[in-house]
This record gives sequence, structure tokens and C-alpha cells, in this order.
Amino acid sequence: MKGWNRRRGHLVAQFEQPEAALLRGLVSQLRELLGARAGETPQDELAELTGMTAGPSTPPADRVLARLLPDFHREDAYLSGGMRSLHEPELLAEKDGVAAVVLDTCPAYGGTVRLSEEQAHAWLSALNDVRLALGTVLEIDEDMPDELPPDDPRAAHLPVYHWLTWVQESLIQAATR
Amino acid sequence: MTTPAELEQTQVDPAADEVTAADRPWLTIVWNDPVNLMSYVTYVFQQLFGYSRDEATKLMLDVHEKGRAVVTRGSRDKVEGDVAKLHGAGLWATMQHDT
Repeated sequence: MKGWNRRRGHLVAQFEQPEAALLRGLVSQLRELLGARAGETPQDELAELTGMTAGPSTPPADRVLARLLPDFHREDAYLSGGMRSLHEPELLAEKDGVAAVVLDTCPAYGGTVRLSEEQAHAWLSALNDVRLALGTVLEIDEDMPDELPPDDPRAAHLPVYHWLTWVQESLIQAATR
Repeated sequence: MTTPAELEQTQVDPAADEVTAADRPWLTIVWNDPVNLMSYVTYVFQQLFGYSRDEATKLMLDVHEKGRAVVTRGSRDKVEGDVAKLHGAGLWATMQHDT
């Protein structure tokens, strides 16, 4: 992976096989996590009749999901609960949709990835979601060093985070050129 | 946020819906977080709200330097929708009634 380029209206990059496998693995894990949360959606007869699904009104206990699906209001838990119930199903569907675009366009064995503007937009969202998930687990903050001491259990995973950052930054630069 | 892109600063007024003085608007607030890239935040502001690159950059810098910025304002419904869009893009946003 040597960065994204714009070619004839498309965003193009070459992914090595391990890079493609890594990215697809992370995106697939994220989809599973989102799917598990979607499965918590309360089912009721009214929802089945109207086709309108209401999501849960309480924030996810999982800290990764909680970062991906933050509260709508900082202090007003009642307002936040109502908004969450209303918007969470569509947010989960949106995040699952952009993750699916990555899996559809990134060949499992590596090679050329060629994206339309719309697909590039989905990739940027999905890459950001994966970085948020990994960043939450790695407890990334403003002072995070480029490398961690070898005895830090996060040390082996930090390069993956930095690589995803670079893939996203490169795609933004190419998409907005 | 991390990794600054090239920056140009201009004074801008965040896009505002028409509101009367008696009707306190709702505000869409974006908070700083250590993961989202400065370039991505700028891109999202342009994509979602139609800001120019300069306007979006100014708002992004406010988030980065002051810890938060008001990115849109208006009716409760409008702001609720804007917060949902920002959550969709992975930004940390909340809504709040103007005081």
C-alpha cells in the first residue's frame, strides 16, 4: 500500500495481501459488534406492524460501541434516551453499510482497489469507525507516542492503528485534491 | 485531533437557520477527540453542511484548539438531524439549547 491516487475520476490504491486481510478482518469484526447491538433492538408488535423500529434508549455498555454511538445530549439523559431510540437503528444500518462497501471493494487476496467518489466517502467513514474502535481499545489520547515500550501489551497493535490513520489520511488527500 | 493539513483562516459565521429572538435556537456542538483526523473533520463539515474549505477549516480549528465548536444552529429537529449525521460520520457531537 503506497497511498491513494486519483485516476480518471476514481480513487485507486494497491493493497498487499496481508494489508487487505488485516483491513477486512477489522471491518468484519466491527460489523459483528454493530450487528450484536442491532440484535438488542427491542421487538414489539407495533414495530412489526409499522415497520418502524425503535432502538434501545440506554447507551451501550461496551466502550467501543459507546464511542461509535454517543449520547445526543451531555446532561439530559431523558432527551438522549429518546433520540437514541429514534436514531440508533439508522445509525447502525449506516455504519454497517459503509463497512459492507469496504468488504465489497477490497479484494480478499489484495490487489487494486478502485473507488467511485461515493465509495471513497463510505471508505472514509468505515476507516474512521475502525480507527475509533481501535483507538478506544488502545486508549489513544493526544499524548500517545508513535511507539510504546515493548512491555506494553498495546505495543504490537499500535502500528495497525497508525497504518489505518495513514490509509485514511492518504484517501482524504486524494479525494479532496 | 491530529495531523494538521495546510491551513487558511478566515472569519466565518456558522450556517444559521432563521430564528426569532423569542425562539432560542438549538446548537450542534462538536467536541474534540484524539482519534479523528483534522483533515477528516474538515472534510465532514464540508460534506454534511456545505461549508467552504476555509469555513470548515476554521470550525475544525475551533474544535481542536478550544475543545468544542458550534457547527450549526436552528430548530430542535434540524439540530437533532445534524447530530445524527455527525454521529454517522464518527464525530463526537451533542445538541444543546442555547442559553
